[in-house]
Amino acid sequence: MRTYLLNRLWQSALTLLLASIVVFLGVRALPGDPALAFAGEERDPESLAAIRARFGFDQPLLVQFWKFLTAALSGDLGDSTRTGIPVTSMIGSALPVTIQLSVFALLVAVLVGGATGVLAAVRRGRPAEWFANAVALIGLSVPNFWLGLIAIIYLAVGFGWFPASGFVPFTVDPVANLHHLVLPALVLGSGLAAVVMRQTRSAMLESLGADYIRTARAKGLSPRAVVGSHALRNSLVVVVTIVGLQLGALISGAVVTERIFALPGFGKMTVDAVFQRDYPVIQGVVLVTASAYVLINFLVDLAYSLIDPRIRVTGAAS
Amino acid sequence: MSEPLVSEPPSKSDPEVAVPPLRRRLALRRLARNPIGVAGFVVLALAVLAALLAPLLAPYPAAQVHFDAQFQIPGTVGYVLGTDDLGRDILSRILFGLQASLQVGVLAVAVALAVGVPLGLAAGYFRALDALISRFTDLMLAFPFLVLAVGLAAVRGASLGNAALAIGISQIPGMIRVVRSETLRLKNLDFVAASVVDGASDVWVLGRHILPNAISAVIVQATVAIPVAIIGEAILSFLGLGIQPPDPSLGTMLSDAQQYATRAPWAAVAPGLAIMLVALAFNLFGDALRDALDPRSSR
Repeated sequence: MRTYLLNRLWQSALTLLLASIVVFLGVRALPGDPALAFAGEERDPESLAAIRARFGFDQPLLVQFWKFLTAALSGDLGDSTRTGIPVTSMIGSALPVTIQLSVFALLVAVLVGGATGVLAAVRRGRPAEWFANAVALIGLSVPNFWLGLIAIIYLAVGFGWFPASGFVPFTVDPVANLHHLVLPALVLGSGLAAVVMRQTRSAMLESLGADYIRTARAKGLSPRAVVGSHALRNSLVVVVTIVGLQLGALISGAVVTERIFALPGFGKMTVDAVFQRDYPVIQGVVLVTASAYVLINFLVDLAYSLIDPRIRVTGAAS
Repeated sequence: MSEPLVSEPPSKSDPEVAVPPLRRRLALRRLARNPIGVAGFVVLALAVLAALLAPLLAPYPAAQVHFDAQFQIPGTVGYVLGTDDLGRDILSRILFGLQASLQVGVLAVAVALAVGVPLGLAAGYFRALDALISRFTDLMLAFPFLVLAVGLAAVRGASLGNAALAIGISQIPGMIRVVRSETLRLKNLDFVAASVVDGASDVWVLGRHILPNAISAVIVQATVAIPVAIIGEAILSFLGLGIQPPDPSLGTMLSDAQQYATRAPWAAVAPGLAIMLVALAFNLFGDALRDALDPRSSR
């Protein structure tokens, strides 16, 4: 267990270092002079040189990378060349919105997808399974940003059941906060729910056919106990895996969802930064995303070994 | 799924015979008997045909504006699906947009295949390379496709090609994973071992024995990757990071439609339905294909 953990930790750290190199080099490859963008009207050579010196653009690449890395590790991602606000504090105010949205979407996905997946497996070959399968296939095929658009047109504007856009912090007004997030979370969670459903279904079918389930049935356990505590527990690994694998899709989906519902989150910040050529912000945003991805996948691996002790022994988590 | 009769590869004893044709014929027959798979295939064929023949089928050029016919509702004479804020015919734009969508889908999957298949084969076959390629996959997975596309659009500009590249790169890890696990499985089978004992080179074994037998899994993976790429293109173009106006794209149509969504909801409904229909057809066909190729799996 310990060597497995240390091994995973070292792999994650390596991935993070490589990711930071990619981010750093990628941002340097951007066309357009950020000094020009920042200077605005004052484009005389002296002020441009001053700006370059201030942000360190005039130093050798390796020096710039070392400075970037050590600063990043101490929580300093530089200042926005657009507004001069520290990138860390910009991320600090945008990230909670995105995290709240993603967690709600995940809840929707796991609850809806998990429940329909179990249902489809238990009711194999009956109308319930066909219905669940059809809904999952449609969920996989619908672009969820389009679903958001339609939800805004009909549910928000048409019926006025939900606010069409905007965000209220939870600390200011919890009810309004939740009300604003219902549609975005449903929209973002729908595609993921379809994936969770299909995987849960096939995992459940597999465990329901296993010998230990027959044993459990034979010894007279109620169907509910067999499905709930025997089959489901063994299918849980699959759901956790999906969450780890689909994290990238979740992050990508959050960007679009925020854009549609005008949520002041991470995604909106990212797209804005690209259009404004705000190097430090792009750099910080991509780095934080990659770190979050690596960190959460590490946690997913930990969760594996808690759910399924066999993985601890073999160490083969994939 | 329903077919209990499974023929094992008949030629295990003869290392020179690579792909048993019987298995593939049986798979095709199973596919043809699956009504859902056939339906998916038919819709798919129609969509591809409509996209290819867009210049002939579309009533108007995609970018042609009609200032005397703005916001026509669907069913108006001359504009079956209505018009947008500039009086552009929505049906024509969908047909040309479909062309762009399929182009991105095929290009992206081509990128994923070109990089993913060789790397997957190498990772599965050569133990020494496995760890290295796994790190590479981890690294790629750390950059979600949208973040990648954002970066690519910033560095190289937003275009159809760059959108396809970003989506294709993001699909490489999935392709590597599928090919790797197939290779691991096949590597341990007797007919491969026989070939190795026979003195065959690694390249020969990979190209002649492993790849042909892994190809079913690769085809299935490609079939399910295309709809993901099509939706990805729509997302990128919607955000302004993909196909640029005035070129028609289902994503930019939706982003335009959002501006006047309450005035002309049909402009937002039709392109989305088109994306959904094509993606659904791909997914149905992909599922049926998987069932046909591996009747023992239950998805």
